[in-house]
This record gives sequence, structure tokens and C-alpha cells, in this order.
Amino acid sequence: MNAIDKTTATEPPRSRYSAGVMEYRKMGYWEPDYEPKDTDVIALFRVTPQDGVDPIEASAAVAGESSTATWTVVWTDRLTAHDKYRAKCYRVDPVPNAPGQWFAYIAYDLDLFENGSIANLSASIIGNVFGFKPLKALRLEDMRLPVAYVKTFDGPATGIVVERERLDKFGRPLLGATVKPKLGLSGRNYGRVVYEALKGGLDFTKDDENINSQPFMHWRDRFLYCMEAVNKAQAQTGEIKGTYLNVTAATMEDMYERAEFAKSLGSSIVMIDLIIGYTAIQSMSKWARRNDMILHLHRAGHSTYTRQKNHGVSFRVITKWMRLAGVDHIHAGTVVGKLEGDPHTTKGYYDLCREDFVPQNLAHGIFFDQNWASTRKLMPVASGGIHAGQMHQLIDLLGEDVVLQFGGGTIGHPMGIQAGAQANRVALECMILARNEGRDIVHEGPEILQQAARHCLPLKQALETWKDVTFNYTSTDTPDFVPQATAAE
Amino acid sequence: MRLTQGAFSFLPDLTDPQITRQVQYCIDNGWAVNIEFTDDPHPRNTYWELWGQPMFDVRDAAGVMFELNACRKAHKGQHYIRVSAFDSTHTWESLRLSFITDRPADEPGFTLERQEVEGRSIRYTTRAYSANRPEGARY
Repeated sequence: MNAIDKTTATEPPRSRYSAGVMEYRKMGYWEPDYEPKDTDVIALFRVTPQDGVDPIEASAAVAGESSTATWTVVWTDRLTAHDKYRAKCYRVDPVPNAPGQWFAYIAYDLDLFENGSIANLSASIIGNVFGFKPLKALRLEDMRLPVAYVKTFDGPATGIVVERERLDKFGRPLLGATVKPKLGLSGRNYGRVVYEALKGGLDFTKDDENINSQPFMHWRDRFLYCMEAVNKAQAQTGEIKGTYLNVTAATMEDMYERAEFAKSLGSSIVMIDLIIGYTAIQSMSKWARRNDMILHLHRAGHSTYTRQKNHGVSFRVITKWMRLAGVDHIHAGTVVGKLEGDPHTTKGYYDLCREDFVPQNLAHGIFFDQNWASTRKLMPVASGGIHAGQMHQLIDLLGEDVVLQFGGGTIGHPMGIQAGAQANRVALECMILARNEGRDIVHEGPEILQQAARHCLPLKQALETWKDVTFNYTSTDTPDFVPQATAAE
Repeated sequence: MRLTQGAFSFLPDLTDPQITRQVQYCIDNGWAVNIEFTDDPHPRNTYWELWGQPMFDVRDAAGVMFELNACRKAHKGQHYIRVSAFDSTHTWESLRLSFITDRPADEPGFTLERQEVEGRSIRYTTRAYSANRPEGARY
């Protein structure tokens, strides 16, 4: 074979680089025979092309616009190893029971991404392409992150195992509550809620996502009163307690200042909101790791882009990014509570947080095997509209490595906050005891709770107060391979 | 006060049949059960005294209960006793369950000492009332 033949075998014809506009599928972004490499990042998009747009061309365009392409041919491609840098759409499947929607599998070479940077990864994968005119809608459903890329991230600053060791709490979910009302309390009154809830039996209390430093309560006041409450509750019970001090602020400098103050007061945990952005989250993770701090993430804002099935970014992708970015806690749904959460989809999120290897499971919305390569585990948090009477369902659905947050279900107890906390803790412990004894808690749960309530009046009152409270609405974000939308049972 | 460390401190003290069932649950999961005791219940006192080694090869909860009873004979009334279970599975390699089985008849609890420092900050120290007496003579 002579040199000229070799060139024609590996290079596309010269016409590929003639000036003008060309279909993306003909520019090398559609390669149905491509076998993804172990080191490739793979993205799965749900593509809804405009009427009349061919799904393969639309998918190739997504590959192009999320990697090297622009709308027209550029000769400068030829200065590069362009075939390597081009993302390759290698498979397009119709979405079951969703006419006009297609699943596009796109592989990206590892060299397209900067080590250890969610900002860079997301700028590539979701940077431009979601506004692309030939598409009606686009959703990033899942990503396969290769071990080679996973290993460039530090992962959670603390992780589930070390968090449990630091807190000296094993074998049961942790219990928390968000301080309510979420706005308006003075620092002194706010600390009262923290003290009552922790003394009553909770492990954690929590600032809400929008508690920062408002006219009614300066952040330093909140931190000082909260740490008095934490330490006093700790001495009253002989058990380690904590409160998530929200350090979310306008600038990194402000956040570092607040986090440093939390550390100086002896707090074991600080909290940030998702809306601070990926770079700020990674910075706070590095700070948390340097300072032996657990880092709680409140997923404030995520529903603006995770909830609707046809457009946005699935929360399973956000979960993966956050485990890489290095937070220790993430709100991941309750199934039975007041906020969106299909049971199968939620199970998928929980697996991505807690397992070292997550196999493909289409019924849970997991499209790829994901090997975390010993990345520390991320503690899921279930928060929003849950109460003691659901304890058997919560433990059955969510397992034991989870923080169960009963805000209203603690503070709204008719006999007060301590009673509310005690009710939740007794409900939790009796259910874990029964589960470990091999009892069928899903069916016997209500009876187990009633039995425990005989020696615990606050639990009896809690069961009575919230006995009929459920949030059985059909979910919007459900797996495509279990066609029915599932209401919480 | 009642020390609320461990998984079941908010329930009435577990009976021996209840403890046996929890121990068997741990064994059935392949975890090594371990007995520890202390008379220093400070929440940051991580290392309670070991009653022998973790029982890696005991397959029947009765074997653990035999050791627990021996530990009780030596320490009951003067010490807290807890049962813990270690899981050696890769990416866990730590405790899976830990609960108190026995506690001193009287639990005087802790005092919280406050040292006022710069600004409005306070340094906190938690001190067990019983820790004022020497080890072995606290309860």
C-alpha cells in the first residue's frame, strides 16, 4: 500500500473540508459502527427534533455542537487530530411510548475534558447545545463516567463511612429537621428550635436553603446561638450533635469567612446550596476536606431543569456530578413526601450516591454501568413532608444510609419540638430493631409503631396527628422502561 | 439522664432475647461482633475497652451472649457495655451496628463548661460528672 492510499483510507475525502454547510452526520459525528472505548465519557440525550428533522441528523448535531463543530465547515479542523476530538453519536433509539423522542448515545474522548473539573465537563456537554434551533427539546438523561475520569476527582470530602465514624452513629438512618419558620426568627429564637430538636433526639438540625444573612438575623448571630444549642444538647444527651450552618453567600470570600467562623466555633458540618455553582461547590469541597468538615448540599433550584422529562438535565446526572465534585450530603428525594419523586427513579439516585458499582438498570433510569472506583459515598438526604407514621415505608424504600429530615414532623408536634424529635427517634429505632429481627416492616410497620407508642406518648400523639397525611400525586419524571407513572404507595 | 449513644437507646433496655436477635442479624450479614465496656461515656471517647477480640469466627449468637454475660459478670453496674459489628467489605470496612446493652444503675450525665473567649465566641467543654473519680471507681 503506498502513502497516498493510506491517506485516503483514514482521512475523509477532501470535499469534507470544502467551505460551506454540511450535514453533521456526514461530518463524522454519526458513527454507527463506533465501539466506545473504556476511557470515553458517554452521554445519553433524549432528543426531540423539530418536525421534519431527521433524528439521526439531530443527534449527530448534538454530538457536533457539544464537541468540536460549529455550523459551517472550518479548514482549521485539519490542523488537529480532529477525528479524536469529534464526539461520536453511535446509537439512536426511539424512546418507548414517546413518539418524536429519541435516545442518542454519544461518546466523547477523554482528552476533551479537563481533569477534575465539573465546570469544564458541563460546559462541554450542556454548554451550547440545549438552545440549538433544529431541536424542540433536549434532555441529558445519563452519563457514563469512565474510571479514568472519576479518578481525577477527590470525591466527597468525608463520605458516609467517615461521617458515621465521626458522629459515632451506626446501623440506623440519621435524623434531622429543618428549622421552621424558615425565615423571620431571630438568632436567639432560632437556636431555641435547634436545642429543643437536638435534645429531643435528633442528630442534626438544618438551615434552610434561603437562610443566609437577612435583616432579621445576621449570620454570625445564627452561628453563635446554634453552636450554644448544639453543645448544650450534646452535654444533655452524651451524644454527638450537629447543625448544618448554611454558608451560602454572594461571593467565595464571604463563604470562606462564614465557613471559617463555623469551624472556629467547633461545628462539624457546613452547608451550601446548589445555586452557588459547580466551581464554588468544588472550592467548598476542597475547603471542607482541609478542615475536617462535613459538607451538606441543598439542591436548591434543581427542579427548574430536572423535573420535566423532555428538556433539561436529569437529577441522576446532577447526582453523579455532585459525587465527583465532592459534597457529603445531597437531597435526593423522599418518594413519600411532598416533593417530586418516583420510587424507581429515586432508587436510581440513591444507588448512584451510595454504591461503588452501579449496574445498568433501565427500570431505575440507570442507562450505564457506573464504576465509582472507591470514590467515597455520598449520603442521600430525604427531606420534605415526611413524618413518623411513614417510618416503615421510608426505611424500606431508602435503606439505612440516609438522613431523614422531619421539619414540620418535628416542630409541628402538638406537645412541642422535643416531643416531636423523640417521636421520630423512637419510631426510627423500633423499626430498625424490628427489621433486623427479620420482621416484614412494610406490612407490620403500622403495628410496630403502635406497639412502640405504648411506651412513648409523643409517638402516640404524632401518629394520631399525621395519620392521614400523604402526598399521592403522579410523578412527572419516571423511567421510560416502566411505562406507567407511579404514585407513592 | 440517659446516655443516648448507640442505635437503640431511645427504646426500653433490650432484653437478652432481643440482643440475641440483633447479634444473629449481624452474624448472618457476615459481620464480626465485638463487646466493649467503659466508665468514660464522653461522646468523643471513641475507644472503649475491648472485651477480647472481635469474634470473627463465631457463627452462633449464643457464643456472643456467653461472652457478654462474662463481661457483665466482671463489669455490670460499674460500666457501660456495648455490642458492635464490624463489616470488612471493601469500601465500608467499619462498623455497621453499635448499641448499648448495659449501663450503670445511676447515670449522672455531663456538665457543659463555657470559656468566654474573643468576641462573643465561647469554647465549650463537655465533662462527665463521673470522670472526676478515677477509672474503675466512677459508678
